[in-house]
Amino acid sequence: MTNPRTLYDKIWDDHVAHEADDGTCRLYIDRHLVHEVTSPQAFEGLRMAGRAVRAPDKTIAVPDHNVPTTAGRNNPDQMPEDSRIQVAALDKNAKDFGIHYYPVSDIRQGIVHIVGPEQGWTLPGMTVVCGDSHTATHGAFGALAHGIGTSEVEHVLATQTLIQKKSKNMKVEITGKLRPGVTAKDITLSVIGKTGTAGGTGYVIEYCGEAIRDLSMEGRMTVCNMAIEGGARAGLIAPDEKTFDYVKGRPHAPKGAQWEAALAYWKTLFSDDDAHWDMVVTIKGEDIAPVVTWGTSPEDVLPITGVVPSADSFKGGKVGAAQRSLDYMGLTPGQKLSDIEIDTVFIGSCTNGRIEDLRAAAEVVKGKKIAVKRAMVVPGSGLVRAQAEEEGLADIFKEAGFEWRLAGCSMCLAMNPDQLAPEERCASTSNRNFEGRQGFKGRTHLMSPGMAAAAAITGKLTDVRDLM
Amino acid sequence: MEKFTNLTGIAAPMPLVNIDTDMIIPKQFLKTIKRTGLGANLFDEMRFDREGSEIEDFVLNQPAYRKAEILVAGDNFGCGSSREHAPWALLDFGIRCVISTSFADIFYNNCFKNGILPIVLPKEDVDKLMDDASRGANATLTVDLESQTIKGPDGGEIAFDVDPFRKHCLLNGLDDIGLTIEAAASAIDAFEAKASSERPWV
Ligand code: SF4
Repeated sequence: MTNPRTLYDKIWDDHVAHEADDGTCRLYIDRHLVHEVTSPQAFEGLRMAGRAVRAPDKTIAVPDHNVPTTAGRNNPDQMPEDSRIQVAALDKNAKDFGIHYYPVSDIRQGIVHIVGPEQGWTLPGMTVVCGDSHTATHGAFGALAHGIGTSEVEHVLATQTLIQKKSKNMKVEITGKLRPGVTAKDITLSVIGKTGTAGGTGYVIEYCGEAIRDLSMEGRMTVCNMAIEGGARAGLIAPDEKTFDYVKGRPHAPKGAQWEAALAYWKTLFSDDDAHWDMVVTIKGEDIAPVVTWGTSPEDVLPITGVVPSADSFKGGKVGAAQRSLDYMGLTPGQKLSDIEIDTVFIGSCTNGRIEDLRAAAEVVKGKKIAVKRAMVVPGSGLVRAQAEEEGLADIFKEAGFEWRLAGCSMCLAMNPDQLAPEERCASTSNRNFEGRQGFKGRTHLMSPGMAAAAAITGKLTDVRDLM
Repeated sequence: MEKFTNLTGIAAPMPLVNIDTDMIIPKQFLKTIKRTGLGANLFDEMRFDREGSEIEDFVLNQPAYRKAEILVAGDNFGCGSSREHAPWALLDFGIRCVISTSFADIFYNNCFKNGILPIVLPKEDVDKLMDDASRGANATLTVDLESQTIKGPDGGEIAFDVDPFRKHCLLNGLDDIGLTIEAAASAIDAFEAKASSERPWV
């Protein structure tokens, strides 16, 4: 009899390729996703040492962070020099090292964390890494997925392993049903609001409970995506029939007898009843409201019905941080959140750039016009974009006055020309509201796609339930 | 990472103290996607004038030292920022060994990660080697890591200390990746074989 184990324990145990005397493990990596920003020096390192990519068939590259999202982007003159060089380097590295590649011109190109699941590269029970912190997204499939640094990218390319020490187990349970208008984004923001941005440090989180089970795969990806914002190494959701249905028939998913074998294994991927948890957090689904962030940390979360807090309502070091956030965001304590006027709306990113997100936003927007200076929808991949066009969502957005862009990270991190001007205020479906994240001195409020769409229509932060 | 076993090469004298990483590679050269190619701008502001012409006096511009592989430097070499571009630039120029009375900590560690041997010696030894290095084309030193000795042009020998683990890594060309390959290559092979029969769909 083996001891009861968590899902994380099980995946971990199945991937330890080598354990040193001091307990340091080399974890075997099943999928390595690569993008243009954090990989050039890693490939360069391989070249200098005369090394190959150990498992090119498990390595998938796609440019996303830097790429323009405007028409005609295949013309490299559209890109600033630094970006162009990084994308060109990825083109060359993918070719030289023989790894799977989706160039900018490929309809399957998109944000790396959207492309992986969409193409069936991400499967339950796998280890997945990428030189990007939001790799946690893939945890929605019951895969152990984390972000790594450039030197680790090189290590994985060369050895297909990652040097790791095991994290602790945290269970985050969302019980019961969500209320209407409440989404996966509200769950994940509310969890961070409760645990804080360092609450998950040292842990791998498993999300469970009825409200999580009820989510679609898209919603589960949104939840796991932001595990990192809560400080966790990774976020996981045990696979179930929804997972298997999503995966089935994807280009790189197993087929035939292999599918059956995989399915039998995937069904063993759950936390045993009496598994040990180092920490447990429970939130009632019905207590979660549509939320927005008011400050410059993802933990600065409040229900849209709330008011801007005062700095001295916090304790310890957070008092100063809150004051700095209020100053940066240009907000006054006591101001109703729903009175805050918005300049720009950004719908997209690996948190909320999937088809379901666009459907939710389009439902709010349909037949109305935007009341903000600019609003853009940046689909998470070329395929999401194509599907949205087929479903008529693109027309709804365009008629309302939204810009309908090509796939990429875009204004999530503003490495390409999609940036906020100083003091420009944005309702954004992305994942980070840090100072300067969306542009120098730009002001970001994080929220769900429906809430962002509502803000676009009214010109203010708005309770999406009022428009439903 | 390239192995470091035995190196016979020209040593260039740089008696200046506190040569910092900004001097080694100024910050305008950090916007690169590469670790290679930085040698062209090694010591850029000491080596070139504002028009980009070589400054004749600078040691690495002198005919005798253009192909130097060893630097004999003043105290506290490599202080300043943590940029790994500094050892990258030295290496790209062709410098594999730096000798001084002391090094800045981060730079010192970064050298080992990149196959460069930094040697710390007492002042009188460094003075002696600085003197040897000043003899132009005859300034050839032989650095032998295995026996931990430096032989001067006149045949004199100087012993040096090095951490045994770092010595092992340099002699065998082991960086983190090298270490994994050394410690775990067969375990990884075995894991892959087992995993591909148990989970062939991966
Ligand atoms: S969309 Fe944003 S968070 Fe996601 S990978 Fe791109 S930059 Fe990172």
